[in-house]
Amino acid sequence: MASHAVDVDHREPNYLEVRGRHDGILGWIMSTDHKRIGLMYLFLLLIFFISAMTLGFFMRLEQWTVGQTLMDAKTYNTLFTVHGVIMVFLVVVPGIPATLGNFFLPLQLGAKDVAFPRLNLLSWWLYLSGALIIFLALFYGGLPDTGWTFYAPYNVRTTTNVPLAVFGVFILGFSSILTGLNFVTTMHQMRAPGMGWFQMPLFCWGLYATGWIQVLATPILGITMLLVLVEKTLHIGVFNPAIGGDPILYQHLFWIYSHPAVYIMILPAMGIISEIMPTFSRRTIFGYKAIAYSSLAIALAGSLVWGHHMFTTGQSFTANVIFSLLTFLVGIPTAIKVLNWVATLYKGSIRLEPPLLFALSFIFLFSIGGFTGLMQGVLNLDIHLHDTYFVVAHFHYVMFGGTIMGLFAGLHYWFPKMFGKMYQKSWANIAWALQLVGFNMLYFTMLVMGYNGMPRRYYDHLEYFNFGHKLATVGSWVLISGILIMFINLLHGLLKGEKAPSNPWGGTTLEWQIEDLPPLENFDEIPEVHGGPYDHNTEAEVAK
Amino acid sequence: MSSHTDALVAHKHPSDFEGAKIAMWLFLFTEILLFGGLFILYAVYRFLYPVDFHNAAIELNTALGATNTLVLLTSSLTVVLSIEALQRGNRKLSLWMLGLTILCALAFLVIKYFEWSAKFHHGLYPGAEELLTHSNGEVIFFNMYYAMTGLHGVHVLVGMAILSGMFYFIARKPVDKERMGFDIIERLRGGAHLAVVADNGNEIGKVLEIDDKVRNIDIKVTYEMVPEKYDPRNLIKLENSALYWHIVDVIWIFLFPLFYLIT
Repeated sequence: MASHAVDVDHREPNYLEVRGRHDGILGWIMSTDHKRIGLMYLFLLLIFFISAMTLGFFMRLEQWTVGQTLMDAKTYNTLFTVHGVIMVFLVVVPGIPATLGNFFLPLQLGAKDVAFPRLNLLSWWLYLSGALIIFLALFYGGLPDTGWTFYAPYNVRTTTNVPLAVFGVFILGFSSILTGLNFVTTMHQMRAPGMGWFQMPLFCWGLYATGWIQVLATPILGITMLLVLVEKTLHIGVFNPAIGGDPILYQHLFWIYSHPAVYIMILPAMGIISEIMPTFSRRTIFGYKAIAYSSLAIALAGSLVWGHHMFTTGQSFTANVIFSLLTFLVGIPTAIKVLNWVATLYKGSIRLEPPLLFALSFIFLFSIGGFTGLMQGVLNLDIHLHDTYFVVAHFHYVMFGGTIMGLFAGLHYWFPKMFGKMYQKSWANIAWALQLVGFNMLYFTMLVMGYNGMPRRYYDHLEYFNFGHKLATVGSWVLISGILIMFINLLHGLLKGEKAPSNPWGGTTLEWQIEDLPPLENFDEIPEVHGGPYDHNTEAEVAK
Repeated sequence: MSSHTDALVAHKHPSDFEGAKIAMWLFLFTEILLFGGLFILYAVYRFLYPVDFHNAAIELNTALGATNTLVLLTSSLTVVLSIEALQRGNRKLSLWMLGLTILCALAFLVIKYFEWSAKFHHGLYPGAEELLTHSNGEVIFFNMYYAMTGLHGVHVLVGMAILSGMFYFIARKPVDKERMGFDIIERLRGGAHLAVVADNGNEIGKVLEIDDKVRNIDIKVTYEMVPEKYDPRNLIKLENSALYWHIVDVIWIFLFPLFYLIT
């Protein structure tokens, strides 16, 4: 197919058709093209997402009745551990930067590729290796059952193969660092002529802040994982009190990374929302600089709040107060973003297409997630909420309702530019509605149950909670059916969809200015940029 | 090369030296933070067990530690001299200095080996019965000692590997490789012939046929007889390798007083 297309019209083949040094699968897994790498990440990521979602489905099913329904407590422990490890380390953390970020960062900057294409491919290989090592841990010595946080003393006492799983996470951290480093350098060096920092699309700003956190926070996770590893293999006591260590230190080190990592997960999603809002309101974004700076502010403040995970560990009262205060401060830049997104809609000519629907549900769900987060930042209230379903539901509102909804929004937004095809909008709308309803049935119920005292990580519950659990489980079915319909619709669009126009939504950023699918090196000529990224009110636009 | 060739190699990726530097510094941040986690642990435990740390530090051999400090500082000097030499086009001197650096790294590891084996001999290693008879703070001191100098040792090894790789890159004959753009290859397809012609009209390259199987055309230039010629990309690689080596050195500068000199 590829060669025919070239012979007939002599246009440059697009990135899917182009023939490199290798053919077939090698042409993908050895490709340094950022677009192909982005799609390879996406492919793996969706597989991991669906498998971890299936585990979640069975966890909900276990809670259908009081007592044992499907599995024993030990199995339930491994299930939530594996669900968490896959979702956090393999899906949500690499998530948007690795997939859509890889694909669209150079396109939005007007660059031919990222700064270090080979390093980018290496990141993908490290990601694959880390994932394989984690899956290997399943077959040698049993699934880990410590929860996704690998807390000491669980990691000390468990007999399962935690060292191998931890090593996998370490490798994934490497992949994450290299991606961050690559993106930051790309944005410093490869912006198109005329594109100053404040003419950069806001998705890039999200990736920029993310890149810095990836570089600065991930090494702490790396050293923590290494220490767990040497403690378990070489008996160098660091966290195990029996050989001189301190388990609380593990929590500190773990959250010094893992709280900033929450912002690694959410900032790129916020970037996607900042792209979608102006496009579907047909006006420039409200408060461009405020959104750009607030990304940096979130990255900065978010690095200093890890102690709010540890209010109940007996750390000093002074530390608690400081961490609580800083936690509230993170709420400010986040609220600035939400305010600006909503203000962008005001007096815009709104087109309610699927990407905007997903973006709106992001704002709704993420706001609930944010507010429940602040509730847990209150020192006395957190004593009540700690280790309950409230925490779990909050986390899912932020990570699922935030990051994953952002990813879905981005997929629907950029799908035509990635594949040149269009999905069926009506089915996308149905999938969106099911997801929104199912999501709230599942997680809002969990918020309420948690507030009433349902503890997390129990495979069983009291009769009192049975109605709530049944409701949440039904919600999980609705949610999953919505997700499946969405994937089938996208897959159908990919295989049999109509050909999409070059710029179906009327986007103003550089990626939409490319005719059809982008060629191997994106731009025949590096474009020159005039004005801001979301100028919908140019004369040409008005004339239309 | 002539301007004709310059036009041919339109799609060559630019070597972005500044970008490479930025990326290297970002990577160094990650190294500092990696060790930063350990330094935090050290600080906490030192604060909790000041007397035990004092007693345990007496066990360490300060003379060997100081020698190693000297060795590493010297190696930092030689690696800088190596860069300096390459910048001036003196490949031979650059290689000598780089070789000295690698030797210093090796010397460091050998001294470290003897130090560690002496400790092992006295039963002062993680998990040893003997060590567990000591007080908790002393146990932690030695745990931290092995964790931190061990991780540092791994970095010395990696640094050695990188510097050896650089030695190879600088030692071999400089080669330039230029890739032609897609549009040019398309124009040449279907039996066109390609020759490399110098400015004065002399044909220097072979005449080749470009059939449909050809996907990329690279022009490879090997500098056989030009001793002062070096691949400019090697310079940035060497500078970045040296930066890595400096961070290994700097970390040791902190480890040395924290473990050996706190008695």
